Amino acid sequence: MELLEAIILAVLAASTPLLLAASGELLVERAGVLNLGVEGMMIVGAACGFAGAWATGSTLIGALCGILAGVVLSLVFALMTLGLAVNQVATGLALTILGVGVSGLIGAGFVGERIATAPRLYIPGLTTLPFVGKILFGEDAFVYVSLALIIGMSWFLYRTRAGLVLRAIGDNHVSAHALGYPVLKIRTLAVMFGGGCAGLAGAYLPLAYTPFFVPGMTAGRGWIALALVVFASWLPGRLVIGAYLFGAVSILQLHAQGWGVGVPSQLMSALPYLATVVVLVLISRTRSGGSTAPAALGTVFVPDR
Amino acid sequence: MNRKALAAAALLLATGLGLGAAVAADKLKVGFVYIGPVGDFGWTYQHEVGRQMIVKEFGDKIETTYLENVSEGPDSERSIEQLARAGNQLIFTTSFGYMDPTLKVAKRHPKVMFEHATGFKRDKNMSSYSGRFFEGRYIQGLIAAKMSKKGVLGYIGSFPIPEVISGINATMVAAQKINPDIKIKIIWVNTWFDPGKEADAAKALLDQGADVIMQHTDSPAAMQVASERGALAFGQDSDMIKFGPKTQLTAVTNNWGPYYVERVKAALDGTWKSEDTWAGLKEKMVVMAPYTNMPDDVKKMAMDTEAAIIAGTLKPFKCPIMGQDGKEVECKGGDALDPGQVLGMNFYVKGIDDKIPGK
Amino acid sequence: MQLVLEKRAERSTIIALVSPVIAIGLTIVTMSILFVIIGKNPIAALNVYFITPLTDAYSLQELAVKAAPLVMIAIGLSLCYLANVWNIGAEGQFLVGAVAGSWLAVKTNGTDAGVWVLPAMLLLGAIAGALYALIPAFCKVRFGASEILVSLMLVYVADLLLDYLVRGPWRDPAGFNFPTTAEFDPVATVPLLFEGGRLHLGAVIALVIVVAAAVLLGRTIKGFEIRVVGAAPRAARFGGFSSNQLVLLTFAISGALAGLAGIIEVAGPVGHLQPGISPGYGFTAIIVAFLGRLNPVGILIAGLFLALTFIGGEQAQIAMKIPLDITKVFQGILLFYVLACDSLILYRIRLIMPQRKAADGAA
Repeated sequence: MELLEAIILAVLAASTPLLLAASGELLVERAGVLNLGVEGMMIVGAACGFAGAWATGSTLIGALCGILAGVVLSLVFALMTLGLAVNQVATGLALTILGVGVSGLIGAGFVGERIATAPRLYIPGLTTLPFVGKILFGEDAFVYVSLALIIGMSWFLYRTRAGLVLRAIGDNHVSAHALGYPVLKIRTLAVMFGGGCAGLAGAYLPLAYTPFFVPGMTAGRGWIALALVVFASWLPGRLVIGAYLFGAVSILQLHAQGWGVGVPSQLMSALPYLATVVVLVLISRTRSGGSTAPAALGTVFVPDR
Repeated sequence: MNRKALAAAALLLATGLGLGAAVAADKLKVGFVYIGPVGDFGWTYQHEVGRQMIVKEFGDKIETTYLENVSEGPDSERSIEQLARAGNQLIFTTSFGYMDPTLKVAKRHPKVMFEHATGFKRDKNMSSYSGRFFEGRYIQGLIAAKMSKKGVLGYIGSFPIPEVISGINATMVAAQKINPDIKIKIIWVNTWFDPGKEADAAKALLDQGADVIMQHTDSPAAMQVASERGALAFGQDSDMIKFGPKTQLTAVTNNWGPYYVERVKAALDGTWKSEDTWAGLKEKMVVMAPYTNMPDDVKKMAMDTEAAIIAGTLKPFKCPIMGQDGKEVECKGGDALDPGQVLGMNFYVKGIDDKIPGK
Repeated sequence: MQLVLEKRAERSTIIALVSPVIAIGLTIVTMSILFVIIGKNPIAALNVYFITPLTDAYSLQELAVKAAPLVMIAIGLSLCYLANVWNIGAEGQFLVGAVAGSWLAVKTNGTDAGVWVLPAMLLLGAIAGALYALIPAFCKVRFGASEILVSLMLVYVADLLLDYLVRGPWRDPAGFNFPTTAEFDPVATVPLLFEGGRLHLGAVIALVIVVAAAVLLGRTIKGFEIRVVGAAPRAARFGGFSSNQLVLLTFAISGALAGLAGIIEVAGPVGHLQPGISPGYGFTAIIVAFLGRLNPVGILIAGLFLALTFIGGEQAQIAMKIPLDITKVFQGILLFYVLACDSLILYRIRLIMPQRKAADGAA
């Protein structure tokens, strides 16, 4: 039981950056934009988040710096792809190259520095409950924020008019435009939101996971977030399942070694990606039955005048 | 301005330039190729500290350059070649995967001196050097067995290469001297450097009952996790006390500086020749970080052991060494395993209840 | 006030020629400012990045070595992109090609197999790359699954497959457990063009591919078909072109070229199979394809240009101690400028005053 509790805690921690980054990207893709620069925005978020927290001693300010950094980078992306109608795939990749460089420059001054880890929730009586206490009431703020984001996003997408408009834009920007919706404006806002989430996800790593910054510490998590969005077939609820599944696989693979289970770790690591392909095929087959894939994903839109 | 002054000025300028050129030519150019960023606070960082030491030692007699983040793939040969072509006369390539590329470049530049870390191939103008890190691991094994309350050690491995395997074995051989029933849990993360994954591995080990964490990966993540959980841990590559003031028992640190100083000096004196250096505690290439967070008797035991290893009276892999199958491993070095057996170590000693991945 | 794009009636030829110049000019200005900020002489720095690598035979050789895989992959990708299908999984096809070709090299290692080994390896690499690329293509035409995402997912799978093989079954028995196969035999190695250099046959193959692609696109019906399907899918349907068939074809070609590049890289500059054989070639090639405007000759130039920034970046580290991160920033900024300026070939930027309902009267 104790071990199970510990594993769940570890899975939650490992999944949170994925969930944060993926929820941002989900909204971006729902608006019909494919930003492959998540990894770049994350790593800059990590560097700026650390810098902020290091300078002020505050996790909150660190997180805000991370968000801000992500937003700034996403604005570059928005300017390119929405303002100048440049191909989104190429721009996203270039953004990652830029992000890695920028984060290295920012982080160069912080070698061997450390900060305090993000505080965890503690409610007397609740946090000390056996088994569920720490899992439900003993996490750091990022975990709760990531879940709140998902709830907020579900509500936004399905219960508000603005959400409806955003989905309409993602499915058919030409008709949405013809109906008078400001396609580029809404997409820009979505891209900024995605940038902020990626920045926060990056900041999570030095603020809550390992309280120091090293270049390249995101280690490909931004790319996994991209895969997650597809795995979740663009549904916020499934994103939670997907993120925790990815997290669980990576944690259990380590535990399996400790238990002496002889499955090649690469096979276990590859499963989520193969599952994503299968999911993608399945949801695409039932396209007529209400597929959620944004039809205009990744396509350039220039309003006719 | 009269002509004389002009001439004097011209002469001054000329000699000045000439002197400048002469100084530049006299300077020994030393290049380094790094696998990671200099800010990794681990493997590459320690090589960088070594580079800074030669800069301090030799001042303007030398000029140093480094290339960081050079992947071991198709780019490394070019990077090394570029350094050679830029006039570097002594080039340190600091990762195992640079071995074949270094050899290729060395053949093309017979006048340039090459130094390759942790490999086993050499040439007329290519030395190899590495540390006897297992000596430090042996001391850690003793401390760990003393300090572990549950009798379970957690070991985070990068790749199952001999350097790491020999570290695990040295730890276990030592720990069994204190507690014959000691258990070790090993998790391979298949990377030298991914703080998040290293942290996850440390958590998994602690959750599975280990209470002393050792690592053969590069970041301080495991140290910090152990510190958060109130467990004990050993640092790796660098002194990581900052990340676990109440956690770090000691650390096996790589101290390349003295070797770099020695080799640069030899190059300056013209006495450099290709050698195979395998240095340990005695030569101070492997240095133990201060022994902390342990009772005095354990500390004394650690220091005595260190002194005995330095004096040569204690050999970590002293025969008989038993393999996992309970049979004695052939003893090629007289009273201990010979260097070849350690450098190519590909078996676990008795008492390790696991198997080497891919074997 | 608002910036608005307006589609040009036709591509602007003048801007097409001027745009790279403007982009490089802007990059030079931006980077000069950055160099001054970090206390480096901007002229010397730019000289190291752009000029020095072009001044000696050795660097030129390295340029070709680095550009060859990028160009090969980007040519294949450009066919996909022209047909308006999006293969972004070239990295995976590269790795699978490398793995498949290496299989033969590993199997024949140490035997007296003849000169047929290398051609067979290259063929295997190309076939494997093509088959691997056909998975997303098939998922698209049969199920309507997004080829962008399927091809991207398969990159990770390929990476893990390679990782598994070199750490397990194919590991060099004499390699001290390091994750690498044994060094390939000479018959399994791509020959060098000059003794003592690094330039190998792969560079020639890349050139042949550039020419072949130019002929395909410019002189054949198939090439015409690719361009029509991409530019005007409805017209293509009326013209009787099958877009499904074309998806499969372009993916197969691009996969084959990526796979070929993979095995050439492994059997050439690297000499054995190991993890990390690709420093992101498959992704960088996407940028190369766009920089080259999906035109074979353009791609050749773009590939060489990007290779120049890599090599220049190294020389900048050596000669001026400019950190690698600056080079990354430099590459990122350069790419942004080039892509942004190219946008002006198709669009015109207009400044408009606010408060005019833009949406009405459209369509």
